[in-house]
Amino acid sequence: MTIERKLALRAWAFLAAPIVFFCLIRFYPAFESFGIAFSEWNLLSPPKFVGFANFQRMLGDPVFWIAFKNTFLYLIIGAPVSLLLAFVVAYYLDQVRFAHGLIRACYFIPHLTTTVAMAWVWRWFYQPPPVGLFNNLLNTVGFGTQPFLRSTFQALPAVLAPAIWAGLGFQIVLFMAGLRAIPSSYYEAARIDGAGRWMVLREITLPQLRPTIVFLVVISSIGFLRIFDTVFNMTDNGAGGPLNSTKPLVLYIYESAFRAYQMGYAAALTIVFFLILLAVSLVQLRLMRSQ
Amino acid sequence: MSAIPFDDGQSWRTRLAASPGWIVIWTLLVIGAIVMMTPLLYMIATSLKQPHEVFEVNIIPHEPTFENYTYIFQNSPFGRWFFNSFVTSTIVTLSVLFFDSLIGYTLAKFEFRGRNIVFIAILTTLMIPTEMLVVPWYVMAKNFGWLNSYWGIMFPGLMTGFGVFLMRQFFMGVPNDYIDAARIDGLGEFAIFCKVALPLVTPALSALAIFTFLGNWTAFLWPLIVTSDRALYTLPVGLASFSSENLTAWELVMAGATIATLPTLIVFIIFQRYIIRGVVLAGLKG
Repeated sequence: MTIERKLALRAWAFLAAPIVFFCLIRFYPAFESFGIAFSEWNLLSPPKFVGFANFQRMLGDPVFWIAFKNTFLYLIIGAPVSLLLAFVVAYYLDQVRFAHGLIRACYFIPHLTTTVAMAWVWRWFYQPPPVGLFNNLLNTVGFGTQPFLRSTFQALPAVLAPAIWAGLGFQIVLFMAGLRAIPSSYYEAARIDGAGRWMVLREITLPQLRPTIVFLVVISSIGFLRIFDTVFNMTDNGAGGPLNSTKPLVLYIYESAFRAYQMGYAAALTIVFFLILLAVSLVQLRLMRSQ
Repeated sequence: MSAIPFDDGQSWRTRLAASPGWIVIWTLLVIGAIVMMTPLLYMIATSLKQPHEVFEVNIIPHEPTFENYTYIFQNSPFGRWFFNSFVTSTIVTLSVLFFDSLIGYTLAKFEFRGRNIVFIAILTTLMIPTEMLVVPWYVMAKNFGWLNSYWGIMFPGLMTGFGVFLMRQFFMGVPNDYIDAARIDGLGEFAIFCKVALPLVTPALSALAIFTFLGNWTAFLWPLIVTSDRALYTLPVGLASFSSENLTAWELVMAGATIATLPTLIVFIIFQRYIIRGVVLAGLKG
């Protein structure tokens, strides 16, 4: 046996268990979810093929459309706000030396915390007086009590705030790495040409940061589209209330599958969810690249 | 805590440090940092408060007490949940480290037909969101009797496409000469992987280990789905159930939240540099 052949055999031996794993735990379930999506199944009786019925039901399901709208609200508020905040912090933190590491650590630590624990901390902050910190502070400075999580209008931003807060540190660290990667000679050249701060930011910093920005826009968008832990733990009974006003798609998938045991409908929702993720990231990659 | 060293020629960027505006910027950044830490500080402070003090805005407890902690360890399975999280996160991390590096090594250092197909297939799994797989996984776990078991919690995460990608990138940077030399010395292929290749990628391994452990320690959706037996909850799932039952005893909820969060904080304080570097490596390469 030639040595090449021997090495190839060894490679396949190393890959045997992983190939079985990826096929059984990733690929097969992905295909299976299409099968389940076209059936009606409560796990007790055998699945029944129903064609496109689950997808048709979705079109006329008001809760689905609310969850759909909320998912995009999380995305279109969360991603720009968090990226802008992160960029501003990173831009200035990059220029500051004193206590740099400590400040960076303070911004980064929330990113590593358990989402569930943080959701409960924030939930406590939002409680009506005399319990909640925010209302106590508002009352102390003479403002009225706010309903926060109890209001159909304020609840979604109130749930979004901790999600933005928790993701900020990750974005800041990546922005700072991106800023550090810009060759100093560009800045030196700009200085010699007498370019002002804004000019440098617009003509050098932002264009050079493009790969980082593209990456962060896609990653953070996917993160906000997949929001679940925060909403589940910040709303009563994990239902995404009040009146579904904070319910995202992932929570609706969870409820359909594991509270209502409508596996077919839940699987159909996951496929729609998958298509949304795919479309959003493809559109973003395309837009960012063509500019 | 050391800052990233400034390389030469950064003078323009640090010019701000010399201008009078820097103190304003610095103060704003520090205020921002304090605001970022406020939820955590309040969480820890409140967990040490007595019930009558909880609603006071002051952060430092008048008479700090550990009673909240003793209470929740005695009256709910927090110890057990902690143990469950620890065992499952550790085993998953070891499995990921072993398999992902083995796969990454094989894809980087062996020449064989089909290598690219395997690599692309594994990368494709990164496009499949977990949410799409949970329903089939649940059905699988139910059919095989894996619900409410450590195996049920662990099986989806034993290997990850992300880890394979990361490790392959790093093994690509390992010179072939080392491997060829070991082969000439008569070392077996598996021994070469363990004794020659792995020690050369320890930075990547430590980053992967920390991410995988933290990711599994804080995972919520899948453990929530696969466990219904209270004794088998992981810490986040247990905390969620505990908190909703003790909705009015916020000092207890905060003690529970602190228990779930402190390990990650401690890991961060110890491995700060690796974690931040790891985020950058994984982020820029992923």
